[in-house]
Amino acid sequence: MNRFATSLCLVLVLAGALALGLLDLLPPAGSPWHVSPYVVSLAGKYLCYAMLALSVDLVWGFAGILSLGHAAFFAMGGYAMGMYLMRQIGTRGVYGNAVLPDFMVFLNWKALPWYWHGFDNPMFAGLMVMAVPGVVALVFGWLAFRSRVTGVYLSIITQALTYALQLAFFRNDMGFGGNNGLTDFKDLLGYPVAARTTQVGLLWASAAALALALLVCRGIVSSRFGRVLVAVRDAESRTRFLGYRPESYMLFVWVISAIIAGIGGALYVPQVGIINPSEFAPANSIEAVVWVAVGGRGTLVGAVLGAILVSAGKTFLTGALPEIWLFALGALFIVVTLFLPRGIVGLFRRRRALSPLPGPEPAE
Amino acid sequence: MRLLRMLLVLLAVGFAMPLAAEEDPFAGLASQSFDEVSAAVGTLAASGNPRAAAVIGAMRNDALYADDDGNLYIQSGDDWLEARTGKKAADVDADSLSEVRINNAVRRAIAAAMGGIDLFSPEAAVRAHAAQAVFDAHDPAALPALQKAVAAEKNAAVLRTLKQAEAAVILATPDSTDADRLSAIAVLRARGDIQARARLADLTGASPAVAAAARDAMTALDREQQMWGLAQSVFYGLSLGSVLLLAAAGLAITFGVMGVINMAHGEMVMLGAYTTYVVQGLMRDIAPGLMGWSLPLAVPLAFLVSGAVGVVIERGLIRFLYGRPLETLLATWGLSLILQQAVRSIFGASNRDVTTPDWMSGAAQWGGLTITWNRLVIIIFAALVIAALMAALRWTSLGLSMRAVTQNRRMAAAMGIRTPWIDALTFGLGSGVAGIAGVALSQIDNVSPNLGQGYIIDSFMVVVFGGVGNLWGTVVSALTLGIVNKFLEPVAGAVLGKIVVLVLLILFIQRRPRGMFPLKGRAAEA
Repeated sequence: MNRFATSLCLVLVLAGALALGLLDLLPPAGSPWHVSPYVVSLAGKYLCYAMLALSVDLVWGFAGILSLGHAAFFAMGGYAMGMYLMRQIGTRGVYGNAVLPDFMVFLNWKALPWYWHGFDNPMFAGLMVMAVPGVVALVFGWLAFRSRVTGVYLSIITQALTYALQLAFFRNDMGFGGNNGLTDFKDLLGYPVAARTTQVGLLWASAAALALALLVCRGIVSSRFGRVLVAVRDAESRTRFLGYRPESYMLFVWVISAIIAGIGGALYVPQVGIINPSEFAPANSIEAVVWVAVGGRGTLVGAVLGAILVSAGKTFLTGALPEIWLFALGALFIVVTLFLPRGIVGLFRRRRALSPLPGPEPAE
Repeated sequence: MRLLRMLLVLLAVGFAMPLAAEEDPFAGLASQSFDEVSAAVGTLAASGNPRAAAVIGAMRNDALYADDDGNLYIQSGDDWLEARTGKKAADVDADSLSEVRINNAVRRAIAAAMGGIDLFSPEAAVRAHAAQAVFDAHDPAALPALQKAVAAEKNAAVLRTLKQAEAAVILATPDSTDADRLSAIAVLRARGDIQARARLADLTGASPAVAAAARDAMTALDREQQMWGLAQSVFYGLSLGSVLLLAAAGLAITFGVMGVINMAHGEMVMLGAYTTYVVQGLMRDIAPGLMGWSLPLAVPLAFLVSGAVGVVIERGLIRFLYGRPLETLLATWGLSLILQQAVRSIFGASNRDVTTPDWMSGAAQWGGLTITWNRLVIIIFAALVIAALMAALRWTSLGLSMRAVTQNRRMAAAMGIRTPWIDALTFGLGSGVAGIAGVALSQIDNVSPNLGQGYIIDSFMVVVFGGVGNLWGTVVSALTLGIVNKFLEPVAGAVLGKIVVLVLLILFIQRRPRGMFPLKGRAAEA
């Protein structure tokens, strides 16, 4: 069943993206089969959100770590990609400076800060997309898990982390464009970013990345490693007494999750054309958590489903009834936690005892 | 022509002398030479003549005219007044008059002279103000007038300001004696503020002894300034700390005592702030005279509003989620979104205007310390709220039941305590305290639907840092965080300071996951 659901999801994601892309490129603009570029970029965005949801589900659903700061990793990946795209602008910026991005010229900076070096190389930038969130997660997680900060405390400090990063990135002297962030991108790997073909390519890339991430997560959670992880989630002390080191398991999955989020962010940025500090907002991270909760915590497919459904609902409601959206989102939080503890996927599963319901930590 | 005028002026002076038995104080005002006019203004001001203020004031307003004989007239509407007497002048030929001309040098002399005249005003406040003005201008020309004023002054406070002004002038006068300068430095040293230091720093061309004295005085002043700056930072820190404490006090109950993660806590604060807004709006319509009482009235109302909402939340939502902290967190976050949007739909998204009562506005200067009343009131208010909260927990029967339920729920139930009600009331108490915090925060923050969001992370940090379930820990941690923040600000800037504090906190929680003052013994496992 689990394997079947995952395969179904994989097929749907890949086939859907392929179909959408082809329907955008092939039929002429007037045809009823034609899909507008707006829909393509929207779909690409949702797939990136789905990667973020997947990464949240990996740590929350299977290791019991509720992260309220996962959007920080998403945004870090996004910034790494944004830096590469900024360097590709070259002399086409407003100030025409070959080396410095516009905002640095504007701030009267003379030289590129050291941490911007190398980002003109796509390979290096791609590496950084994974390395930056990975290393930050490694340091943070090592500190947190080693000193056994878990549960609610961990949630709150992850929220504080993303909040601190947001404040930091708002500062102009951080060298990441301050309030405005990075934008006005021109080229990606030599292709113009805004072109339709590039956008379709990005959609396919997002679908492929999501499929790959789904496979990796599937591999992790269905392995022996994954079983220990679930044991840590449900009874950390007991697992420890059995001779496992829960912190190592948590740390590994935490870093993997951050990297997946970072890749999602990197693919997200060229599709929306901007990255700014508001991506670090704690509210974004919590929204990602509700995607997972709606879809079904502890089921990888549920995370993907939840992210796409909730985001689509948001797009629809903020366009049609902007007043209602926050009411709807708030109600969604409450309804899901009170009545749908296993999310939408849980509705279809009934009692086919698969993975145990993530319940409260037993008394120690 | 010019010579002729000079002669006429001299003649006028010559005639006037025997009459006044001394030099005519009005001489020279009608002169064509700006230098002479400037000098004449100074002489007039120092003469103590009762008409001096009116005449110089008229000059400043371009209303002083002179005829060819040097007679001065003040234009007052359509009439002409005799400058010397103030009486209405008959049959003046307006065409024969010419305005007394003024340039910037003369204007400066007028300003100094007006200051000099105010030095002899019968009002002590005017004299003090004038003395300060002379201090700021420290024009050597003001010295004679100052010395006269010092000799005549009876009011001790004004006399001190006058002497400081005299000292400033002496230091600015190139040919004053060393002895005078040394005593002037001592006077400025005693004054001890930034302006005094500026006067000392401006001192040039002095003998080595005087220069050394000035340097010593400056170092001493700098040290004093540093101490005052330190005290000011502590005050700001206490102020920020008390704001944090107010925001976190309710959370210390709901999260610290009950263990409920209430992400809608900030919205309870916001509801309190909006209650204040509504109370003020109603009072403006019903009893505008009692606006000063709007805040004392808003405090209990905010407590009731937020407390009632809190009880409803506990009964309707949170009681289903006990023992599932992460789910509680998500559900209350959803609730906070709903509350924010509800307030936005009712009151609009823009900031609402909450007025500050008169008794809370303004500031006091105490040495080098500026204490704004609203900050001081909030510090005192926070202390009162915490004291009341502790008293309620310790001495009321509700407090006793609360402590019993949190320490051992089943035993408490066995003793006949209705634990579900105690849960609801405890949550209501915490929410109500948050509402009270909202009243205070409405005075220093923008009352908008997002008011609460800005405090939620800080509040959790305060409670976690202080140690969960420990009100004293919350107090200490709020004040510590406030003061540390304010000391970091000048070094690192406001935003970076906040980041540094957050990072330090994150690191601290890694070291001591249970806060500064963790509960020990059995209660720790509850």
